[in-house]
Amino acid sequence: MPLFAAPGQTDALMSYQSRYDHWIGGEFAAPADGRYFENPTPITGRSFCEVARGTAQDVERALDAAHAAAPAWGKTSPAERAEILNKMADRMAQNLDKLALAESFENGKPIRETLAADIPLAIDHLRYFAGAIRAQEGSLSEIDEDTVAYHFHEPLGVVAQIIPWNFPILMAIWKLAPALAAGNAVVLKPAEQTPASVHYLMSLVGDLLPPGVVNIVNGFGVEAGKPLASSGRVAKVAFTGETTTGRLIMQYASEHLKPVTLELGGKSPNIFFDDVSRQDDDFYDKALEGFAMFALNQGEVCTCPSRALIERGHYSDFLAAAIARTERMVQGNPLDTDTMVGAQASNDQLEKILSYLEIGQTEGAKILTGGERLDLGGELSGGYYVQPTIFEGDNRMRIFQEEIFGPVVAVTRFEDYADAISIANDTLYGLGAAVWTRDGNTAYRAGRAIQAGRVWTNCYHLYPAHAAFGGYKSSGIGRENHKMMLEHYQQTKNLLVSYSAKAMGFF
Amino acid sequence: MTAVPDAERSPEGTLSRVAVTDAAAELMRTLSAKHGPLMFHQSGGCCDGSSPMCYLEGEFRVGASDVLLARLAVPGVEEPVTFWMGGEQFERWRHTHLTVDVVPGRGGGFSLEAPEGVRFLIRSRLLTDAEDAVLNR
Repeated sequence: MPLFAAPGQTDALMSYQSRYDHWIGGEFAAPADGRYFENPTPITGRSFCEVARGTAQDVERALDAAHAAAPAWGKTSPAERAEILNKMADRMAQNLDKLALAESFENGKPIRETLAADIPLAIDHLRYFAGAIRAQEGSLSEIDEDTVAYHFHEPLGVVAQIIPWNFPILMAIWKLAPALAAGNAVVLKPAEQTPASVHYLMSLVGDLLPPGVVNIVNGFGVEAGKPLASSGRVAKVAFTGETTTGRLIMQYASEHLKPVTLELGGKSPNIFFDDVSRQDDDFYDKALEGFAMFALNQGEVCTCPSRALIERGHYSDFLAAAIARTERMVQGNPLDTDTMVGAQASNDQLEKILSYLEIGQTEGAKILTGGERLDLGGELSGGYYVQPTIFEGDNRMRIFQEEIFGPVVAVTRFEDYADAISIANDTLYGLGAAVWTRDGNTAYRAGRAIQAGRVWTNCYHLYPAHAAFGGYKSSGIGRENHKMMLEHYQQTKNLLVSYSAKAMGFF
Repeated sequence: MTAVPDAERSPEGTLSRVAVTDAAAELMRTLSAKHGPLMFHQSGGCCDGSSPMCYLEGEFRVGASDVLLARLAVPGVEEPVTFWMGGEQFERWRHTHLTVDVVPGRGGGFSLEAPEGVRFLIRSRLLTDAEDAVLNR
């Protein structure tokens, strides 16, 4: 049970600076109007650094730097860019523990997750796009004997990326890797809840990139995110967040006729057919872990399996085992490797979760376990901890329809296959889903029938590069984690070439 | 049937789907004095979602898919504060009464209050039978 020393303590693996400016043109740049905001860790609620409070002036400065860097960067060979991405990955791998500590401390998530998932996935993601850009080919179409259409991939130029707070480093890399591989310069705004860990990442890898290729502007959405998203100087906006801001970003982009990619969350169904309980074996154990995945990252995952649909036949037994599994989760200091469930990322998230625990009960849902804020005592008393909570209710209830973004799962039963699909699809969202069954045919049919971009089949919460990730319905536009994302960061140039000396004959 | 508390009636005495706590009203006064007329659009989904987003009136372009739940008369705020929600989302919320509150917090999309170190939050209860009969008839 090693307990990592918190950043700033004498024996800590890494420490944060006491202040972070913007990162523009390869160096720190103070905010134009000189203001900063405090950055607390959710572990204790206490501030550990201050961060530049960016405004439109800072965004313009970052765009200047990005536009200065983009032409040369866009002309580098795929091999050069791939080498840089691979070097970034190597540097991150050499500093994996430090990055894991930085992300856990800023976000409140258990360090066992950042050590085993967030940072290794980020590293692999860079390597994947380093490989993908090397392997990407344009195409040619033979129109007729003397006419050929050539299709080239070209970078868009300067792109804007707005990063969420739930996986501050991993989500930044999800967006940076394809954009950089494709040859774009980036202005990136981290979430104001987690603004520092990306700067720590840049302190490790920033020297590998030409100045101005990656620029970071910190600040609040309304003050820094809006001027970035609404700028006519960006060729594309990539955003992960929620529906209203997603619509607003599309509205801004429409003013300049610019493309957007959006990842906007979900209310993902986790479906357990009767045959899961046919045997008490490894698979049954795996399915119970699959149920418990609602508490991964304290439920602060867009694909949180926040609706569990359990078939009638094994409903009571499976649910009892799932409750027992949930009650064995270890909650505590996120910097302890034994801790499975850490702190919610901010006070307002905590308050929102508590408000949903209330409306759930008001609507008649029954709390089977958890249901309350947790006080872990000592210096953790100021942190934002919620017990993993299982509700039993009906899919029409709001706790089944809205993303709570906490360690809360809403359970209901279904009668048969058709009922399962009907409940699964009765949602505004379509990001993730899972099907658990020992029957291959059922797994396939259910997976195809569920309206969601990712259907985990006999697994959950895997995010490997090379598996496309993105939403149906109100869950967004675009597919990340896959080489197809390259095209969201590229223009297609068509050269339509005639090799004939003869006039067409019209004039 | 439960009686509707007076505090949740609009100034005209009619029933409303949306109420405002004193703290939220105070914040709206601050924001409207600083920025101008205000609107809310209730968000769904990831990260900062399932929360009301507060904008300058007109900043977020509502359309045929949106429902106007209330025009909130907030003492000290000149223009009524409109409260909107996407129509599909409204169908799943219409049986509940919403109260706009505010808590210490940070961030939240492009919502106006985030730099103040606070966050608007929705508290919910079921509509009473009397309210339901009028509002959802």
